[in-house]
Amino acid sequence: MSDYYNDEDLGRFGEIGKFKPDLFKKFMEWYNASLQPGNLSKKEKILIALGVAHAIQCPYCIDAFTKASLEEGMSLEHITEAVHVASAIRGGASLIHGIQAHNSVDRMSM
Amino acid sequence: MKFAERLKEERRYPLRAENVEILQVNLGYRCNMSCKHCHVQAGPARREMMDMKTVETVLNVLRRSNIATLDITGGAPELNPHFQYLVTKSKEIGRHIIIRSNLTIFFEDGMEDMPEFYRENEVEVIASLPYYLKDNVDRVRGRGTFHKSMNAIKKLNVLGYGRRDGLTLNLVYNPQGAFLPPEQCSIERDYRKELKEKYGVDFDKLYTFANMPIGRFSEFLRRSGNFEKYMDTLIDAFNPSTLDGIMCRHLISVGWNGKLYDCDFNQVAGIGLSDGNTENIADFDFERLAVREIAADDHCFGCTAGQGST
Repeated sequence: MSDYYNDEDLGRFGEIGKFKPDLFKKFMEWYNASLQPGNLSKKEKILIALGVAHAIQCPYCIDAFTKASLEEGMSLEHITEAVHVASAIRGGASLIHGIQAHNSVDRMSM
Repeated sequence: MKFAERLKEERRYPLRAENVEILQVNLGYRCNMSCKHCHVQAGPARREMMDMKTVETVLNVLRRSNIATLDITGGAPELNPHFQYLVTKSKEIGRHIIIRSNLTIFFEDGMEDMPEFYRENEVEVIASLPYYLKDNVDRVRGRGTFHKSMNAIKKLNVLGYGRRDGLTLNLVYNPQGAFLPPEQCSIERDYRKELKEKYGVDFDKLYTFANMPIGRFSEFLRRSGNFEKYMDTLIDAFNPSTLDGIMCRHLISVGWNGKLYDCDFNQVAGIGLSDGNTENIADFDFERLAVREIAADDHCFGCTAGQGST
């Protein structure tokens, strides 16, 4: 499985558009538009993307948005801070479900 | 050659010089440092050094032309024994002088008075500082470099550099790997804030340069399996609007041995002028060189990527 994710596959993303090209075109337009600076700066959007990439653990997104972060002048310090935010939210999301476990225990207990 | 093809697509082939406003002189490849991104592969073991005869020829070219600026580079140009002579004579001729300094040279034996020498001759200092954080700088340029650089900038600031008109100190950002530089004004803001808050130092402008896929950086790209990807990044980021201001159209590069090139990068790549009659500074013909055809190669994508690197 070590070659399940291949580095060069990111450059083949366009091949998805061989089937249902209209849908792929819409996705690409939406994707590109969402990353354009608006009320949020390009730098902020890239940091969000980097955080999400780690939360969903997408190796392609991690590579792409790590490079994009460096190209926005950010360092490993910035990148690591963003990963901590994503991880903390993800960890917190698991931890808060402890309440569901507690509720469950309450429901079952005398 | 992909770069020539791209120029043809833009109807800009062949690229021609517009003028010779800057004479860029490489005084030699010897340096007290061995930075990982150095395109000339400078270091303490290099022996190539411009001799006095060539220095005199450079001065004669300055005397008999109206080239406004002398841009002195290396290696560490200060290590050439004729460095101070070239600077003082060029100043007498009335030329603006730029020194590409690594800053750490100030702490080498016999170089302690270099900041005062710069001030006396009102030279513009352009200094490499690849990032505003210590670890990033030391990884590329060697341990201890960042602190030496900060101390050097403090010395220059005390003399007025970066704080007074006419004493210009510009810094240079380089990516610390196989990626493009950020937008110049954005990273300049970060540098100014971080360096002032943490070290109390000032500078005038920050330039952001892409790393050229030649020399020591090229070796890194190949060793790390990044060469093809980096070239694709440069090619994808080709920006035709950079062609008007690209440095080769406004300068001539003189190698340590007096050979002429369209730029410092062609010098390292061993690509001479396309005008075969003018190979050496001794043959300098201003009129012809000012309209010459530029010898381009694929590393030129490094100067045309994104916002450009000149």
